[in-house]
Amino acid sequence: MIGVDPSVFIGQYAFRHVPHPDPEVLVRVLDRERIERAWVGYLPTVHHRDPSPGNAELQRLLKPWRTRLAAAPVIRPDYPQWEKALDSAASEGAAAIRAWPSHWRMAADDLRLRDLALACGSRRLPLVLTVRLEDIRQRHPLDTAGDLSAATVRSLARAGDGARLIVCAAGKDFIEEVHWGLTPAEQRRVVWDISWIWGPPEDHLAKLLRTIGEARLVYGTQWPLRLTQSPAANIELLPDDVARPVFADPSKLFD
Amino acid sequence: MPLVDVHAHFLYAECGRADWAEVNAARMRAGATMGITCHIASILGSFGFTSPTYFPSPADVTAGNDAMLAICEREATHVRMYATVNPNYTEHALGEIERCAAGGAVGVKLAASRRADDALLDPICSLAAERRLPVLHHIWQHRTREWPSQEISDGTDLARLAQRHPRTWFILAHIGGGGDYQHSFHAISGAPNIMLDISGSGVDRGMLDGAVRCVGAQRIVFGTDVTMETGLAKLRALDATGLLSARDTEDIRWGNAARVFGADRLGMAGIGGR
Repeated sequence: MIGVDPSVFIGQYAFRHVPHPDPEVLVRVLDRERIERAWVGYLPTVHHRDPSPGNAELQRLLKPWRTRLAAAPVIRPDYPQWEKALDSAASEGAAAIRAWPSHWRMAADDLRLRDLALACGSRRLPLVLTVRLEDIRQRHPLDTAGDLSAATVRSLARAGDGARLIVCAAGKDFIEEVHWGLTPAEQRRVVWDISWIWGPPEDHLAKLLRTIGEARLVYGTQWPLRLTQSPAANIELLPDDVARPVFADPSKLFD
Repeated sequence: MPLVDVHAHFLYAECGRADWAEVNAARMRAGATMGITCHIASILGSFGFTSPTYFPSPADVTAGNDAMLAICEREATHVRMYATVNPNYTEHALGEIERCAAGGAVGVKLAASRRADDALLDPICSLAAERRLPVLHHIWQHRTREWPSQEISDGTDLARLAQRHPRTWFILAHIGGGGDYQHSFHAISGAPNIMLDISGSGVDRGMLDGAVRCVGAQRIVFGTDVTMETGLAKLRALDATGLLSARDTEDIRWGNAARVFGADRLGMAGIGGR
């Protein structure tokens, strides 16, 4: 049984139709995949200027499913009174906060992002970053945000001891570039979801388990954008020496 | 139940990777776990070491095919091969098809050395039809611009080629291999001699449903390419589409491959009454 999937969303995606991205369907999928809980973002908010209405809609949609689904609302640190929005999110039971630096055209070393990471940490809220929502080769012509940069993740991991980052949809090269560019203390502030890490024959997941270790990885599916069967299949195909990994628990990153 | 992977690759020493044997072993290990009974594989020259992956030199094409012939001999129960060719070298390409077919090749692999609707592909496709060899063609799903290192083709290009060669079976490679797969579904829906392989690292929800709705289960074949976990995930997700009968799933797993490659050539004659 998997504890928490911090990588999922509800709501429609702007650039392609996604089949039934609804909370009640998500709960059925969690049951099927034997996942206890999910931290849920709201896909339309990715492309909104002001995330507040989307955050409110997310809370409303998740209300009937509180025991299984916790909100991961978006906070823009370049918007006035964002600290107040963060306090509201925390008081409404947010499990994590999401940010979209590439969509906001924020540079890797933008101090406002670092402030956000530290402010989230001081409220014991991990900051969730997503490297990509789709393969770069299939992007819609209007989808010009680009992938999250490894430099952004390094910068946020270096922001201070209070920051905790969950980085979703990264591949092996990205993960290695960040991990080995951080001090051991900084490395412990970052976990990576496995949704976009390749399995055999290249065995990227197995290699990462041997090098950065299972404590730096979390289970993630990227539902409803990607097949939830993929990370489970990846684990099933691991070689014997790294079989049955015990991943980090996203809800214990501050313990 | 049999499972045929129509889109596999192996490496060999001349690919310039120290871990080539480990990668090959990983494919066989994962294949055994997944229940793959037949890997139909190719080697694209030297995979970039001494000539580009998608523009392999004739010498590298021959060396890669030699290595693939040796793997087939060693893994005779589980591995079949495509003859990889570069259509810019017509005589060499035709010679490689004949040589590899004599050695047991069951198909032809075209990378991206020439656009799919180019006239240089015609003699290759004609020979493939004569020898009953399906052509697996590397595809970029919806080409909107040039990309480096390959002469990318899309479903529309392949459909034009398939129309010129109605007796040849074509396999449009890796719908999950990058690009706008929804464009490919529309591009080939009216081309009955093109199959879709579901390989590629992409596991977008809705991709399989779209493929089934657009071309039907009898024109979809299972494949993995370089990410076998996504292949396994797609196998499992097929059941969740709610669009397929048990027979449809069987066709995607192996029945359609047996039909176009020939069950006898895949060592599957008589299985399931086919």
